[in-house]
Amino acid sequence: MDNPHPFAIETRKLNLWYGTFQALYDVDLAVKQGQITALIGPSGCGKSTFLRSVNRITERLGYVRTTGSIEVFGHDIYRPEVELVQVRKKIGMVFQRPNPLPLSVRENILFAYRLHSGGERLTRNKGDEIVEDALSQVLLWDSMKDRLHRKATTLSLEEQQKLCIARLLPVKPSVLLMDEPCSALDPEATEAVEDLIWELRGRYSILIVTHNMAQARRASDECIFMLMGKVIEHTRTEDMFVTPKHKETADYIEGRYG
Amino acid sequence: MFEATSLNRRNRQKEGLVRYLFLLMTLLLILPVLIILGVLVAKGGPVLSMDFLFTYPTDGMTAGGIFPALVGTVWLVTVALLFSVPIGVAAAIYLSEYAPDNWLTRLINLAIINLAGVPSIVHALFGLGAFVMFFGFGTSILAASLTLAIMTLPVVIVSTRESLQAVPMAFREACWNMGATRWQTIRHVVLPNSISGILTGVILEVSRTAGETAPIMFTGAAFFLPFLPQGIFDQTMAMSLHLFVVSTQVPGVPEHLPYGVALVLILMVLTMNATSIAFRMYLRNKKKW
Repeated sequence: MDNPHPFAIETRKLNLWYGTFQALYDVDLAVKQGQITALIGPSGCGKSTFLRSVNRITERLGYVRTTGSIEVFGHDIYRPEVELVQVRKKIGMVFQRPNPLPLSVRENILFAYRLHSGGERLTRNKGDEIVEDALSQVLLWDSMKDRLHRKATTLSLEEQQKLCIARLLPVKPSVLLMDEPCSALDPEATEAVEDLIWELRGRYSILIVTHNMAQARRASDECIFMLMGKVIEHTRTEDMFVTPKHKETADYIEGRYG
Repeated sequence: MFEATSLNRRNRQKEGLVRYLFLLMTLLLILPVLIILGVLVAKGGPVLSMDFLFTYPTDGMTAGGIFPALVGTVWLVTVALLFSVPIGVAAAIYLSEYAPDNWLTRLINLAIINLAGVPSIVHALFGLGAFVMFFGFGTSILAASLTLAIMTLPVVIVSTRESLQAVPMAFREACWNMGATRWQTIRHVVLPNSISGILTGVILEVSRTAGETAPIMFTGAAFFLPFLPQGIFDQTMAMSLHLFVVSTQVPGVPEHLPYGVALVLILMVLTMNATSIAFRMYLRNKKKW
């Protein structure tokens, strides 16, 4: 997927229902490749739902119905012949609470790689290489290289969250979805993870849901404001925070509701 | 300004009363257990010896040891486990990890819980009809163990399912989001983190199986056999039935003998339970999340 398609994610008339409740209304979005795009909006506005429909994890609930299309680098991921495993491989997800597996740091990073390499024996060298590369990308290698056999669940939350990003990288995803990745972290850890996300910009297309206005402003190229399942505004971040075009956007970012 | 009002005092009295009432009930609960153990040890302790464990009964079962019954119980439990553990664990994995949450699944869950309450004598009659007669296994270890397996299956399923569901959902979600299939998730994450609970359930089930009498009475356990079983199509003696026999069916048994048999049986069960607790503690200390 190295094609220079300008958009990482493009949706057309995306509607989504949880049972009879409609959570997304005609969402038309184009998320640029290699950039950080922040999704903001009050609780229940559909931003997490949108994020989750981009790697089709919403379907697990069983009672979700989707119409319209989502294209990732120009390929519709809702076509029937699409293999879900490939979708999940190319589109990584980072959660609100860090959720490393109860394995060693090393095994966490090799986990996805092993899943997608189909039982092929992984040599020690190759494994070391993958682990070093992934940890270096998330700026953890120096502090973690002597602790690779520690259980990941005993690390600090910041380290855990960075590890959760790192373990996606060995299978070469193109898109990283992040659902409030800093909301369980203290301010210092938040800053560190934000720095990391900024560091990953360019190599990956990142879509990040956040409740934190300051974070959206600091750490994104473009910003999407959603309200009641609809996209209200999608512009460059500095434009949204300086000269919002819609009254609802202005009200929200100034903290008049949320 | 912080003095107790009469309402405070009344509530405090009530609190004390309720607390001691519950303590009393707890003591009432453990009292019979202590008495049983005490009596067994006092009356059965003197007959315990290597000879008692490793020789055959003699003199019309009024003397000698319990070797064939001991071996028979090991046979029955082992063969029962060979059936109930794979089936029960597989069913529990299906119900916990694959089955959609719909009315059919709920009905199956309800049925399993109710199955656990079917009296063992009913299982015994079922075993007699199905395994001994219909399938033609005759009265044999196979028929008796299958009956025991069917009786304990619901327990295995319920305890396994509980262990599986104690694994945090976040781990599964992490796996699914990396593109893992259900089976990969189960194999690499869910099972390694629930195996301690599953094994504990299995060991507890062993102890229950070892003590059952009714299900094996009609299906495979014999009154007295002067030899050990050679295979699963043989009949066998068993500890629980042997206890029943020497207590009620044979005249002239010295008083201490049944107590000795009961003591060995209960020690087997307690050892198994203790192993399960130790094992669970060992595995639990190893995992942290």
